Amino acid sequence: MTPFRYLRAADVADAVKLGTDDGAAFLGGGTNIVDLMRETVARPDRLVDVTGLSDTITETADGGLLIGAAARNTAVAEHRAVRTRYPLLSRAILAGASAQIRNMATVGGNLLQRTRCTYFYDTDGSRCNKRAPGTGCDARDGFNRIHAVLGASDACVATHPSDMCVALAALDAVVHVNGPDGARTIAFDALHRLPGDRPDRDTMLAPGELITAIALPPLRFAANSAYRKVRDRASYAFALISVAAALEMDGDRIGDVRIAFGGVAHKPWRATRAEAVLRGGPATHAAYRAAAEAEFETARPLRDNAFKPELATRVLAAMLGDLAMGKLA
Amino acid sequence: MSLVINGNAVAGPSDPRVSLLDHLRETLHLTGTKKGCNQGACGACTVLVDGERILSCLALAVQYDGRRITTIEGLDAVGDLHPLQAAFIEYDALQCGYCTPGQICSAIGMVAEAQRGVPSHVSTDLAAGVTLTRAEIQERMSGNLCRCGAHNGIIDAIRATMAAEIMA
Repeated sequence: MTPFRYLRAADVADAVKLGTDDGAAFLGGGTNIVDLMRETVARPDRLVDVTGLSDTITETADGGLLIGAAARNTAVAEHRAVRTRYPLLSRAILAGASAQIRNMATVGGNLLQRTRCTYFYDTDGSRCNKRAPGTGCDARDGFNRIHAVLGASDACVATHPSDMCVALAALDAVVHVNGPDGARTIAFDALHRLPGDRPDRDTMLAPGELITAIALPPLRFAANSAYRKVRDRASYAFALISVAAALEMDGDRIGDVRIAFGGVAHKPWRATRAEAVLRGGPATHAAYRAAAEAEFETARPLRDNAFKPELATRVLAAMLGDLAMGKLA
Repeated sequence: MSLVINGNAVAGPSDPRVSLLDHLRETLHLTGTKKGCNQGACGACTVLVDGERILSCLALAVQYDGRRITTIEGLDAVGDLHPLQAAFIEYDALQCGYCTPGQICSAIGMVAEAQRGVPSHVSTDLAAGVTLTRAEIQERMSGNLCRCGAHNGIIDAIRATMAAEIMA
């Protein structure tokens, strides 16, 4: 039998000390890693339980919010300040998983969940460069309806599965981490990475680094924001595509806008090209479509997922139309 | 470590990899909690921890040291049955019955969430209080699958029994 230990971290310093071991993994709510261990996709020999670390949601001096990484998804979605000032974040969380899972899953764990690519999970029958580097990718020429259209590589076409992260990307959240080399912050868009030739690495975290908190900067117009998700059934399914957006009007023109897409890439996809097209321009359906088309110009659809750019374009256009009229969706 | 299951303090598993579900069923012989998919996709293993619904298949028992866990066997009965159990019979809310313990524990947790004001994916106003319409219950119970297709009866049973006080 493989030797195995479970250790509970008393504080951040303790967690970092216990987590430096090569075979160690941090444990939040367990909703992903317990499953991955059962399927032998993940094989840590030491779990460091970090659910006892900060789970508070507090106001910051700059008018934003600081969310402890051990906060449960439900606690964030139901928090009064998140609901009123960052509704896209509440909406994104509520669109994900089931109530039971949201009650268990932590914010830190949500950021670090692995892809739901079926070939990644199929340890017995499939090649997967993310699970077993260098073996190949059976998704690229396989059943790839749920896979990436932006930023993929020959080695990997997996998507990041989180809904919450799409909202955090749109909000320019800041990730607080602590590790063997001390504490640092990472801009949200720089946390997750594109697969390149190292799809086994999902993030830019160094070995042993622990996410301790997420900071939401103040964003006045985030109150006028939404999250929409298209999936194969009405509830309790991962996204085919999703959109997080916040919009500020300036008269009848677009003052400022934030957009991120989910279900289209190896990371939550901040749509800076689309934002640049829209900022200062007219609030028209044609402009919304042109913005999305600019973002998906570099899309490289696979056999089964060519519908994604057009679907994401239509959802974005409909959302921005609603947000321009102040109709929260 | 010890767990408080249905009011009784019991020992935790000796191997930290044992799920709460397996500990309940295999060690404590509380087989009311069901193992459906064992991967967080069906809700059959739903139990209450300090009144909150979770999936016991994705929970390592060792993480729940000292927590109050309620399974279908531990619900407050009126006579032989919890009122929601009686309503499940009344409203044909089951056929094979395999998902039923999870459905009932989930519904109890769901009502507590609604009373606390937790919004859902279908709530039109995030800031408003919760009214448990049929659509709200459908969404909030979507983590519990019923392969027999008794969902409409399940929602009827929940509305009849538990939602009255917050259906306004």
